[in-house]
Amino acid sequence: MHNIYIYIFIMFLITYIIRTLPLTLFRKPITNGFFQSFLYYVPYVTLAVMTFPAMVQATQSPISGFAALVVGGVAAWLGLPMFQVALLCCGTVLGLEFFL
Amino acid sequence: MNEVKKQKHLFLLGLRHGFPIGIGYFAVSFSLGIAAHQAKLTPFQGFLASLLEIASAGEYAGFTAIAAQATYLELGLATLIANARYLLMSFALSQRLHPHLSLGHRLGMGFFITDEIFGITIAQPGFANPVYVYGAACSSVPFWALGTALGIIMGNLLPLPVVSALSVSLYGMFLAIIIPPTRKNKVLGVLVVMSCLTSALASRLPYLSQLSASTRIILLTIVIAVIAAIVKPIEKKEEVYDA
Repeated sequence: MHNIYIYIFIMFLITYIIRTLPLTLFRKPITNGFFQSFLYYVPYVTLAVMTFPAMVQATQSPISGFAALVVGGVAAWLGLPMFQVALLCCGTVLGLEFFL
Repeated sequence: MNEVKKQKHLFLLGLRHGFPIGIGYFAVSFSLGIAAHQAKLTPFQGFLASLLEIASAGEYAGFTAIAAQATYLELGLATLIANARYLLMSFALSQRLHPHLSLGHRLGMGFFITDEIFGITIAQPGFANPVYVYGAACSSVPFWALGTALGIIMGNLLPLPVVSALSVSLYGMFLAIIIPPTRKNKVLGVLVVMSCLTSALASRLPYLSQLSASTRIILLTIVIAVIAAIVKPIEKKEEVYDA
């Protein structure tokens, strides 16, 4: 059994180090091409991996989760703000699960 | 006196700019609270975690790891991967600081680098100002922490379809981060689609599917991003983080 407060402290510490290292110690920009590319791609890959298939499995019926993915995907493609994309996803699931 | 007046003006400006961000934070962190509830955090623990980390994807990855009773090392790795983008933002911000800005302010403003606060700070003309960041943080971060706590409390009380609907709002937010840049950058579009497909495949393949979700996320992210960086290195002149 792990201690929840140690979990929270680790989450804080790692995040804080990531955020402050470039502001304090490593002030020079990254010049290594591979590392630069890797860091550039990481957020897209990790958010995509986290979203799919988890989004489809998060809802009571996979159909409504999938519909929310499509609606959210289109809304994001059209450039709607983050908050509205999130709301449309919720609305889609709520609507479908109410009627299904 | 003039300097004090200027600082006060910047603080109030930040406060004003942060407020709409806070409203959005509240809605998203509420659904994060539902994830925290599944990881069996109390409202106070969720409040604390959100106040100290202020990161949607990072906290979500963290709560997933905690729900799986992951080791401390694994939680650390999951946090590192999910929050790696803040390293880039911090690098970008460091180029915009006054060279003589004190260490205290650097340590202070660094704490508040979220996608949104970074975005409005970097959009201000001239040197990025720590006082502006503190103002923006004061009117937004409390909503983030309160939303998480409330999500944990309401996770118990709300009917199941509503919880189910709210749980996708976080993913909606992720979509809003990763999809718009793919309109201009085909490589990113291919990368996002490939990542989704690989992730779906990995959740079904014999060996990989037995790993916890957070381990799988770490593994897939490193492997796919390394391959992408080798196959399609970004051009040096490309703006690495343009908010």
